[in-house]
Amino acid sequence: MSTKNFLFVNRKAPYGTVYALEALEVVLISAAFEQNVSLAFIDDGVYQITKGQNSKATGMKNFSPTFRALGDYDITKLYVSIESLAERGLTVDDLMELTYEDADDDYAEKPSIILVNREEMAAMMTEQEVILSF
Amino acid sequence: MKYTIMVNEGPYQHQSADTALQFTRAALEKGHEIFRVFFYHDGVNNGTRLSVPPADDRLIQKSWSELAEKHGLDLVICIAAAQRRGLMDADEAKRQGLDANNIAPGFRISGLGQLVEGGIQSDRLVVFGD
Repeated sequence: MSTKNFLFVNRKAPYGTVYALEALEVVLISAAFEQNVSLAFIDDGVYQITKGQNSKATGMKNFSPTFRALGDYDITKLYVSIESLAERGLTVDDLMELTYEDADDDYAEKPSIILVNREEMAAMMTEQEVILSF
Repeated sequence: MKYTIMVNEGPYQHQSADTALQFTRAALEKGHEIFRVFFYHDGVNNGTRLSVPPADDRLIQKSWSELAEKHGLDLVICIAAAQRRGLMDADEAKRQGLDANNIAPGFRISGLGQLVEGGIQSDRLVVFGD
């Protein structure tokens, strides 16, 4: 089976609707198909990877720890919109430290989060072949 | 061109369920190939055969079944999303020990891998959602 560039665009807050949780389920399945997978976080989607999430009172499962496992699935490119962070009063310090071990560099631990502005986000999207928007 | 269609919203709740149906019909009329239609999130509810809308309303689920029969469409409902929302075929209902099933003709229940495969095998994957 051929390899394509897959992009999952996460636009919605982690709780309140099921979109984010079910999107992550697709991401994990896609890893099994050995595709070139990237994730984008824009609009309220940036809240999905904020640290210190506690969803207990809502009754919904806190699935944010799953993002930490993505590196082990060779999903190592998480593009985060600088503007979306700023519009919500967030900085990169509010995000989880998501990393992967680079097999081509003696398994050095490297950050998966790539901060990009809208122009860079748009340019990255033009390189994709399959875009799933959630 | 070869398309895979993803339907993420429920019938009657959201315009995108209608638009997905209309797009699929139009693509077929233009001679394109529909590799697969994959139903996810509340979109799985497009595959129930127990919908009874008012007499003057359109029949969304039935339209999918008719389109599938006419063109041999592969209509796939995500099993994980379906189980959460109570969409069952006869085999799955039996396996879960449930007393009913509700899947419409022409639909089948399968895994998310079917969606990823659709993305790989098709020229375009078109997402209809919110």
